[in-house]
Amino acid sequence: MTRVKFHQNLDELKEKLLVMAGMAEQAIQRAIEAYRTRDLKICELVFRSEPAINRLEREIDQMALDLLAMEQPMAIDLRFILSVIRINADLERVGDQAVNIAVRVREMGAFANIDLPVDIPKLASLSSAMVRKSLQAFIEGDAELAESVLRMDDEVDEMNDAAFYALSTLIKERPELTPQSLNALIISRNLERVGDHATNIAEDVIFWVRGADVRHKAPVV
Amino acid sequence: MGVGILVENLNAWYGSNHTLQDIGLHIPANHATALIGPSGCGKSTFVRCLNRMHETNPIARATGTVKMGDVDIYNDASPVEIRRRVGMVFQRPNPFPTMSIYDNVISGLKLNGFRNRRVLDETVERSLKQAALWEEVKDDLKKKSGASLSGGQQQRMCIARALAVDPEVLLMDEPASALDPVSTSKIEDLIFQLKTQYTIVIVTHNMQQAARVAENTGFFLNGKLVEFDSTHKIFTNPRDKRTEDYITGRFG
Repeated sequence: MTRVKFHQNLDELKEKLLVMAGMAEQAIQRAIEAYRTRDLKICELVFRSEPAINRLEREIDQMALDLLAMEQPMAIDLRFILSVIRINADLERVGDQAVNIAVRVREMGAFANIDLPVDIPKLASLSSAMVRKSLQAFIEGDAELAESVLRMDDEVDEMNDAAFYALSTLIKERPELTPQSLNALIISRNLERVGDHATNIAEDVIFWVRGADVRHKAPVV
Repeated sequence: MGVGILVENLNAWYGSNHTLQDIGLHIPANHATALIGPSGCGKSTFVRCLNRMHETNPIARATGTVKMGDVDIYNDASPVEIRRRVGMVFQRPNPFPTMSIYDNVISGLKLNGFRNRRVLDETVERSLKQAALWEEVKDDLKKKSGASLSGGQQQRMCIARALAVDPEVLLMDEPASALDPVSTSKIEDLIFQLKTQYTIVIVTHNMQQAARVAENTGFFLNGKLVEFDSTHKIFTNPRDKRTEDYITGRFG
């Protein structure tokens, strides 16, 4: 083995991204828990975690940039660093979605907690599972596991579409429930975006491991 | 114009040492092809087989087929003829130290019997222009010796010398490894221009250089051609694990 220091740096980069992943995953879990319990203290925890996620995003980008500039990586190492840069951005956006959900939960606190025709916990559980699986695929360098994440995205999209239809119908029929419905609609949309970020992460894992660009359902080249 | 090179079942030995084993590849005309691999892997031997320099060593021999265009270089032509068609540039510039710049450039032509002064003048100007050295030396062609130039200039003069005999193929064995970054850039720019007229084969230890200048890259290891593909493929997603290990520094 040569270039020992470089490969140690790649390991460090991976560890740092996993810390970032842990923080983003925790933020989304907390946001979902806040929705379920309508607990504003949990919302507060989500808000507080955002600056740390943002800080780590910049640190990881800087580290990746340094490695690109100083080490001129090739082949699988080059693909790994590019994937880390993209995954890093997606994780930061997952953190943002958690904050968006927490903002909506805080808004909903001003209104009566009513039953809405949308299964947010189920959607949340599915999109979180996508994030967890895509990160597991990253940890293990498992392109097949990453592929299974891509197949989950359709279900999340369908649930979001169904939520949109059900809630917009409710707004028409019972306008007095518009605030709660709109907030739930936005949360559903946020969770669907979380699924999209997980899809991006899975695609990046496939790119890293196989060198194949499968974004936008493109044929493998 | 350059010609394509077709290599089939090429084997080479130094004494009992089997340094090239069953090499087969197609080097396309008017492209730059890079050869990479660790020291002693056979890439320089391979290049020396392309202009029949390998056989100048008394203990060396080679078998197989090397075709330049339609010419089988081991059966259809003499070594002298082949070396006129195939120019070579080495790692360290090797000017004839007592000769002027002018005489250095035309030394190959003179060996081939050219004496017409007008033709020689034109050739010197054309070759030095092709080697991007003309503007720097045009006023000192006969006043200065080739050895008085800087290392980068000497190397470009050696390229001009190789081009003066109007070859079809230009072999470059680590042409920039002894040069500073600015001179290296000039050589790389030159390769870009020259490949429109010549077929270029470049041996390099500098993988970024291979990635920058060559359309195709071959990876040699222990006398074998492990992988030959587009440079893009080799440096982003090579097929063979050994290629990947080498270019990512996990080798050895």
